[in-house]
Amino acid sequence: MNPNTLISARDISLQFGQRNILNDISFSISERQIVTLIGPNGAGKTSLVKIVLGLLKPSDGCVETRNGLRIGYMPQRLYIDQSMPVSVDRFLKLAVNANNNEIDRALSEVGATSLKDNLLYSLSGGELQRVLLARALIQDPDLLVLDEPAQGVDVNGQAELYRLISDIRDRHSCGILLVSHDLHLVMSATDEVICLNQHVCCHGHPEQVSNDPAYLELFGKKDAEALAVYTHHHNHSHGLHGEIVDGDTDG
Amino acid sequence: MVTPMADFIFRALLAGLLVALIAGPLGCFVVWRRMSYFGDTLAHSALFGLALGLLLDISLELAVIVACLVLAVILVLLENRRELSTDTILGILAHSSLALGLVIMSFTDNQLNLMAYLFGDLLTVSNRDLIWIGAVVFVVLGILYKNWSNLLTITLHEELARVEGLNVIRVRLLLMLLIALIVAVSMKVIGILLITSLLIIPPACARIYSRTPESMAAIASIIGCMSVCGGLTASWFWDTPTGPSIVVTASLLFVLSRVSGIKGSAASHQEY
Repeated sequence: MNPNTLISARDISLQFGQRNILNDISFSISERQIVTLIGPNGAGKTSLVKIVLGLLKPSDGCVETRNGLRIGYMPQRLYIDQSMPVSVDRFLKLAVNANNNEIDRALSEVGATSLKDNLLYSLSGGELQRVLLARALIQDPDLLVLDEPAQGVDVNGQAELYRLISDIRDRHSCGILLVSHDLHLVMSATDEVICLNQHVCCHGHPEQVSNDPAYLELFGKKDAEALAVYTHHHNHSHGLHGEIVDGDTDG
Repeated sequence: MVTPMADFIFRALLAGLLVALIAGPLGCFVVWRRMSYFGDTLAHSALFGLALGLLLDISLELAVIVACLVLAVILVLLENRRELSTDTILGILAHSSLALGLVIMSFTDNQLNLMAYLFGDLLTVSNRDLIWIGAVVFVVLGILYKNWSNLLTITLHEELARVEGLNVIRVRLLLMLLIALIVAVSMKVIGILLITSLLIIPPACARIYSRTPESMAAIASIIGCMSVCGGLTASWFWDTPTGPSIVVTASLLFVLSRVSGIKGSAASHQEY
């Protein structure tokens, strides 16, 4: 493994019973590299993330990590029962015995200092995502794994969140694995895109959708969704159940 | 001088307070993790243990504890499979163990007072029962104290806890075993059919007065103790069944907490 490589997945396959979830997936993440995983629902994004995190064993293939790799994980969502009164401060303290300085630093880094004493379940979606990001940062990770970090965050908040993520990469020099379905927002920060639909459909640098630098200014507008097309060409198509209808599987 | 009369009331009070003390913090996890059906299932399997203990002529306390612990382990193992939901598995285990317990009991010639086990018989708590309850409560309290942070961590997000290096299965199993132990020893105090209420109602009352998990646990313990005192008093003056009286008191406290909660939240509503 290259010394700059943080994690390398090789020929990952996953089956649940008769169902194929993932087929022959290989990729790696290096220091300071942001890799974005995109794909439709049921493409296996979450399963692949779980395999990378070691939460799920692949049926085939292996994941190699650099020795002593520290992973910071930001889950898709925190479903907190309303009956549990836990403040943001307390939630962060539960992360590997973090001290006050580390908590304050992480909170200010994600711009959530004022939330410190709030109860977790009273936070809005965007606030909660920032707190989860702060928790992932407390351990000063070499690799950040962010599963749909912008879920439940409005469009303006999303842009800000992605800017924050790219700042974090610069400040911590860590690698980042990002799961997203709104590529247009992460394009400027992404080094590598993996388009997943049970296998790797295609991967590479995100294409410059538009040469116009004004493009990124547009995403706050209502039409952003329509304009935001990641134009890439599949060399095959998928049937209703994700099976390949024609063409070869060369990713 | 302590009269025999005061003696049995004192034992009943002590046993009830011990159980209420531990039911507070443990019950908080039952509420936070939505495990109330799990408590019911354990209680039903306690009857199975009891019947088995009678049939094999071994210590009933031990038989009940072993039955509850075995059920807890079976559940943790089954939970990791995907074919059936936890809800369904709990339903199957709860009722089959209850039915099996009743069937086995019909084979024993021991004319056991079934009502005493279904609804508790706090006033007949013996010194020996008291020692059992005391020992188990303090062991559980100690283990709970030592593992408090880990239990909170897995309750907030199990996968995050696993990524951060916590052995989630071990902590989850520990919690289930602790609940099983408490259900087993509090059978005499409150009865199989009512045990879960002592785990759930006090934390539910405590919720609106708490800003931290610890304060919720402590207030739940206090409310549980108040329920035991109230239930015993009612039982003393009006000759009502003790276990149900405790639960009725707890329910009244719950209603009171809601009423005061509505007033309280009307006063400070802008927070949300």
